[in-house]
Amino acid sequence: MSGPEDFKIPLGPQHPALKEPESFSIALKGEKILGVDIRLGYNHRGIEKACESKSYLQAVYLIERICGICSHTHSTCFVQGVEELAGLQVPKRATYIRMIIGELERVHSHLLWLGVAGHEIGFDTLLMYSWRDREVVMDILAMVTGNRVNYGINAIGGVRRDISQEQIKDILAALKTLRERTLYYIEIASKETTIIERLSGVGILLPADAIKLNAVGPTARASGVDIDIRRDDPYAAYSEVEFKVITDNHNDVYGRTVVRMKELLESYNIIEQALAKLPEGPIAVRAPRKVPAGEVLSRYEAPRGEDLHYIKANGTEFPERVKVRAPTLANVQAVKKMLEDRYLADLPIVVAAIDPCFSCTDRLIEVKDLDQGETKILDWQKLQQLSIKYNQQRGLDFTAAGKRLQRLMEK
Amino acid sequence: MLLDLFYILVFPGFLFLSAFALWAEYFDRLVYARLQNRVGPPWFQPTADFIKLVAKADLVPTAANPTFFRLAPIIALTAVCTAFIYIPLWSTSSLFSFNGDIIVILYLLTIPTLCFFIGGWYSTSLYCRIGAVRTVTQLFAYEIPLFMGLLAPALLANSWSITEIMQFYIDHPWFWAFNLIGLIVSLIALHGKLEKAPFDIPEAETEIVAGGFTEYSGRLLAFLRMTLDIEMIVGASLLAAIFLPFGLQSGPVVGFLVYLVKVLLIVFLFSIARTIFARMRIDQMIAFCWQYVVPLAMVQLLINLILKGIIIR
Repeated sequence: MSGPEDFKIPLGPQHPALKEPESFSIALKGEKILGVDIRLGYNHRGIEKACESKSYLQAVYLIERICGICSHTHSTCFVQGVEELAGLQVPKRATYIRMIIGELERVHSHLLWLGVAGHEIGFDTLLMYSWRDREVVMDILAMVTGNRVNYGINAIGGVRRDISQEQIKDILAALKTLRERTLYYIEIASKETTIIERLSGVGILLPADAIKLNAVGPTARASGVDIDIRRDDPYAAYSEVEFKVITDNHNDVYGRTVVRMKELLESYNIIEQALAKLPEGPIAVRAPRKVPAGEVLSRYEAPRGEDLHYIKANGTEFPERVKVRAPTLANVQAVKKMLEDRYLADLPIVVAAIDPCFSCTDRLIEVKDLDQGETKILDWQKLQQLSIKYNQQRGLDFTAAGKRLQRLMEK
Repeated sequence: MLLDLFYILVFPGFLFLSAFALWAEYFDRLVYARLQNRVGPPWFQPTADFIKLVAKADLVPTAANPTFFRLAPIIALTAVCTAFIYIPLWSTSSLFSFNGDIIVILYLLTIPTLCFFIGGWYSTSLYCRIGAVRTVTQLFAYEIPLFMGLLAPALLANSWSITEIMQFYIDHPWFWAFNLIGLIVSLIALHGKLEKAPFDIPEAETEIVAGGFTEYSGRLLAFLRMTLDIEMIVGASLLAAIFLPFGLQSGPVVGFLVYLVKVLLIVFLFSIARTIFARMRIDQMIAFCWQYVVPLAMVQLLINLILKGIIIR
């Protein structure tokens, strides 16, 4: 091989290792990775912009659909911001319910990740097992909220559904099963040779690099960076429950696995404490349609790390600006560092280890023509001209008819 | 003449072999599914897959070399089918046997691997090329332990003919127990040859899509998959013939049933290995084979040489 440019393999936008469109262009020498070029922007949906034309209440449901896995994360983060702007006092019981759903969501997200990680290293048995156990927590979520993924339980000023005594009993029974299974997975992860061989020493991210590259969540915590919004800037009812922030010093993919597995156990503790302490009272207060002018930054510890929402209100029913920074955007920069001097076989698991959620993080601002090296931004007029030109080349010309119509309209 | 043709083409030749291979694939998938807490496919699933693929159009990439691209799967399938007629199944005699047939079988079993390489390489797709190179790299890891493991019993029996080797182990009962290390080595090496997890590196789905098979479709893909299925049966039959010389003199019916049990036992072991291990990296696989499997094979050779020097004489 004469140079790194000669052998570049595309991993994505469509590839079995990726569940969402995302492009990794890898320069290879034999099996060794020389460089990685990461490109986002295949799944941009313009949610931030769309929020500006929706009322605050409508925006909650749109925001909830940013992510299919951490939907509660985004809606809670947004709702908390709006409540702060509107000066609402959310009832205690509502904050507890939000916290319980949030932790159940973390459990389902981490179990999902475990399965995906198993699949990426060619260990499908782990995928089948952990996804089977994930069904337990999915059923609980469906029972409590009515939905499996987009729970729709958040409203501005509280939550929409209460948790009953029977439901508490069911949740506690499910937690017992889940705790048993999680301990089993921890045992597998610490004993099974092929898993340890494939995970340890792979995707090293030293603590200094983690801080420099702005890593968040389990990715940072596995590099020994002790950050967790739940403890550092408590929201919902996290200041009233006791839990440990799990950190690990392996700095590699194995460390990230350990952190996630131990966090599962912490989540079970949090849910149990919250269910025991669940205060009586209303679950929501009435929210005003108009929110006073101001701006707010809301933070939330998503399963993947810190989620950040910025909301600017102008005193009307509609937000003036909504900005979302999903945890994957903070973590994806670190992937390049993790892949230095690694092999092609490590790439899927290293990418998966940050638990990427590309559709949350996607933002498209430019169209890049790689062959000609030019970058262009297409706005509405340019798109229209492009379409007219395209149709003219194929013998369809509506410009004359359009002009005649315009003249008729003017008359 | 006509009877010979019947033997080769129908039973125990190609038709039986194909049916058995497809059924063994079903068995493998069922065990894999049950161990993973799934229901698994219905019994006709591999056959249905095969028929469906045969009915589909063959697409040859414009950049590929059409001759090699088309020839590789056919030659691979031919080679494994040919290997089968030299293996004794339920008695000590095979359809055709001569002194040195064990070497020919091993040679014929290497051809599919080379065909996978050629087919993948001439597909010219990047994933195919990486897969093809991995196939050959892996060949260097398992081929030598496989040869050493399979030839050690022959060394003890002092013959290169499978019929004579089997006769030797019938004449000397319990001598098969000396070859247990060789059996383990051969199982691991055959597992590597069949490219099943944890040695499915050449077709690692999450890295290189389907490796050398990425560009194949239709009939050619059906042939490639059939090759792997038949290779599993041929390899398992070979191991059964050499390492497990039981039930060979109890008549064709009982002998045939014992043969089926032996082959399915080996397939079952493969399914378990597929379930409980994560995929290795290519460097880990080669290090594993040369650090552990080859020394084990050498120990087996040494044991058999000492036995031959002391006891037999």
